Amino acid sequence: MIRLDHVTKTYPKASRPSLDDVSVSIEKGDFVFFIGPSGSGKSSIIKLLLHEISPTRGKVHVNGKDVTAMRSWRIPSFRRTIGCVFQDFRLLPNKTAYENVAFALEVIGKSKAVARRIVPEVLELVGLGGKEHRYPHELSGGEQQRVAVARAFVNRPLILLADEPTGNLDPDTSIEIMRLLDRINRTGTTVVMVTHDSNIVNQMRRRVIEIEGGRIVRDQARGVYG
Amino acid sequence: MRAKYVLAEVLVGLWRNVTMTIAMMITMTVSLSMLGASLLMYLQVEDMKEYYYSQVEVSIYLKTDVTPEQRTEIQTKLDTDELVEKVDYESKEAAYENFKKLFHDAKAMVDSVGPNEMPESFRVSLKDPTQFRAIDEGYRQLPGVQSVVDQQQLLAKVFDVLGAIQSMSLVVAAVMGIAALLLVANTIQVAAYSKRREVAVMKLVGASNWFIQMPFVLEAVFAALLGAILAGVMLVLAKVFLLDGSLAALTNLLTPVTWGDVLLMFPVLAGIGGVVSAVTAWITLRFYIRV
Repeated sequence: MIRLDHVTKTYPKASRPSLDDVSVSIEKGDFVFFIGPSGSGKSSIIKLLLHEISPTRGKVHVNGKDVTAMRSWRIPSFRRTIGCVFQDFRLLPNKTAYENVAFALEVIGKSKAVARRIVPEVLELVGLGGKEHRYPHELSGGEQQRVAVARAFVNRPLILLADEPTGNLDPDTSIEIMRLLDRINRTGTTVVMVTHDSNIVNQMRRRVIEIEGGRIVRDQARGVYG
Repeated sequence: MRAKYVLAEVLVGLWRNVTMTIAMMITMTVSLSMLGASLLMYLQVEDMKEYYYSQVEVSIYLKTDVTPEQRTEIQTKLDTDELVEKVDYESKEAAYENFKKLFHDAKAMVDSVGPNEMPESFRVSLKDPTQFRAIDEGYRQLPGVQSVVDQQQLLAKVFDVLGAIQSMSLVVAAVMGIAALLLVANTIQVAAYSKRREVAVMKLVGASNWFIQMPFVLEAVFAALLGAILAGVMLVLAKVFLLDGSLAALTNLLTPVTWGDVLLMFPVLAGIGGVVSAVTAWITLRFYIRV
């Protein structure tokens, strides 16, 4: 499903690589944590998988496609197979919860009728039934992140990438979001989550890949934060 | 749904930045009307050249004391000259009649001369108008010839002046055009910045590039089309109030600017303005919205 082959990423003007000869393989339906201190290079992995950046050396395969060799005009349709949530939610402040999710459908050419059918369904799934017409500033942090998860999941992606999704949330809310991601994982969606929230990693007991200084120092099934 | 979405985006975008939109439209209008005027003048000059050059003649003016023998000799030489297409003789009286007609509103001038002060002349049409020099050399020295004048050279000066005016309006069109394009680029940057969140989300969920860029490009094209329409209106007003109005006396000398030509400028200017600003907007976006 996801394979990094000896990937090295050195940013321009950086003295040492952010990722140094990293090889990882993630199977379909896996739930994987990337952990490590700030600046260890774990966020670069998310960017590589989204093709926001290209590796300096090595190959990145996602959904059986060589992302590094992908032509730029294919990137949009490639990204439709990947959902993404971030620490800062990235919702549109002038749109309601419903409109935020529907926007993700409309801009890839789905009709309003399709949106009307599946957006309420997804909002119900993430536990926001009844709050469809609230604006982001009228929602709590946890609820905003649920909207973001709904937006990422509405296209039924094969992979869900989460870049510190609980970074701005209190522990109880974080656990609710994790339950949500776990539910999504159980539908067969591969989940890749970057975090340094030890509580969550320890509770979930899923595969843990620890990165330090751009190198993988631990790869453990059913691991803990360490 | 898509067309409606894109159209709404365009109108909202233009309205959000309305002062810039107006500035963009004004510069477009000035630039395109200058371009249109220049194009019209070009069409005009071509028409006029065709019209006048088909009528130009070489005039051989005779001395006032020319004898009938000298006149007959020149006439015979012209009739047998193979460079010559056609010869017309204009007598003192005919010349005086033409003079009176030409200066009918300057009575004092007409009164101050009589038929005897008018030169008689041969009006010679050449088979090839560029062969003036041969005629000049062949007839200037003949007894009884005062001077040989090529009207084509006079016309060339007139056309030089028209050409200079045309170049000037092209320069103004180019300078205003550059200003308009810079404004387009700036407007697009501002629009892209004010919609950076939407653009980021669109890229994230995999909206295609043309879908992301289309509203911005259309914004520029829309402003250009409005500018082109206004420029066309300016040209229409110029025809009504200048060419057919206060400058009508002058335009009688020139071949008339037809409504067909003026109306032709609408699609031409809209096409040029639309394509150029679309390309500018698209290039600007290449720098501001990377995949």
